[in-house]
Amino acid sequence: MARITVTVNGKSHTSDVEDRTLLVHYLREQLNLTGTHIGCDTSQCGACVVVVDGNSVKSCTTLAARCDHASVTTIEGLAQDGNLHPLQEGFWECHGLQCGFCTPGMIMSAYDMLQQNPNPTDDEVRHGLEGNLCRCTGYHNIVRAVQYAAAKMRGEEVSAPNV
Amino acid sequence: MIPAAFQYVKANSVAEALVLLQQHGEDAKLVAGGHSLIPAMKLRLSQPSVLIDIAGMADLKGIAVNGAELTIGAGETYHAIATSAAVKQACGVVAACVGQIGDIQVRNCGTIGGALAHSDPAADLTAVFLALGGKVTAQSANGSRQIAADDLFVSMLTTALDSGEILAKVTVPVLQKGQGAAYAKLKHPASRYAIVGVAAMVTISNGVVTAARVAVTGAGPQAVRQASCENALIGSNGDAAAVKAAAAKAGDDMDYLGDIHASEEYRRAMVQVYAARALNEALAQARA
Repeated sequence: MARITVTVNGKSHTSDVEDRTLLVHYLREQLNLTGTHIGCDTSQCGACVVVVDGNSVKSCTTLAARCDHASVTTIEGLAQDGNLHPLQEGFWECHGLQCGFCTPGMIMSAYDMLQQNPNPTDDEVRHGLEGNLCRCTGYHNIVRAVQYAAAKMRGEEVSAPNV
Repeated sequence: MIPAAFQYVKANSVAEALVLLQQHGEDAKLVAGGHSLIPAMKLRLSQPSVLIDIAGMADLKGIAVNGAELTIGAGETYHAIATSAAVKQACGVVAACVGQIGDIQVRNCGTIGGALAHSDPAADLTAVFLALGGKVTAQSANGSRQIAADDLFVSMLTTALDSGEILAKVTVPVLQKGQGAAYAKLKHPASRYAIVGVAAMVTISNGVVTAARVAVTGAGPQAVRQASCENALIGSNGDAAAVKAAAAKAGDDMDYLGDIHASEEYRRAMVQVYAARALNEALAQARA
């Protein structure tokens, strides 16, 4: 067993985990943060993406023990005081999801991307989301949702497109 | 999927990791990015009893140009290398190669040392490293030694590194005027792993190809040089006919693997196609 102290969405947790525990299982089963999904479980689909110390990673392929003293942000950490994060709002307004399974991972990848590139082109959004698979939307509305959020985060006036 | 039980140990320096390696012997495995090893452990293809974590270690970091050599710490991630101005300028093919591996989440974790030490049959960097004629520095309790690219890849998932050694540094040449290097890859449409990848480095002097190194990955058990192809190009003027003749020799000097993604025959055919593409790109750079 390993004793780890991890800051998750701003709150410090000290937990005992088996050495082989994967970050996604730690988040879902020990912290009950089930917004992070397990999709392919082989680091391809991106449903499990979270941000660790400022970098997006696939939590199905990250050991929880490695995250000792790390800061982790999950989908549950984005909304503030009951207000949706611009990305969450964008996915809502632009119909960026259908079944919603991929959405937490999509949003966390987009969150990391917009930290590094606040004004991406559509091509850059698509490239930045290459590690996230969606089997419903065909991606067009996801790109719109990310652009909606990017504009809002830059302080611009935004409105939902006709979709 | 959950790996078989193991003991996790974090090493904070190469010296510490070497002590741990000695303590735990052959049952221990080093883990850096973990994006090859952890999936293998989840499938129980690999069941080390101890994992020694060397990720993020300060003494495996650093990117530096020293004269004609570019040295990259083994623990540098693909993302750090792909976005490094020094790498882009000194040996752009390395930045371009690692910039197209996996996706940003994979590139945030995967390391150059991990890729070379793992020697996956479909890895990209192995071929580029071989074509560039690089070398790695391996550290052990007995000191350090250098291993040339030509000697590193022994067979599938097997390198010349000893179990008590840590791959610490990767050194490749700084490309000079008259030199060019390129990597051309047939990607699996879903995984983006190389079905066939060909890397080439050429030197042109007074309109004549004076040196050429060509290496193939993805098509066989490990990355491998293509001597017949290289020899066909050396001494030529590198024009379209010369490239065609050389590319036709690519794939002569290797074993092939067939699987559900592509047959041996298809891979053999594609080696020639992608050898021509890599050579043309490398030659164009060398003439620029």
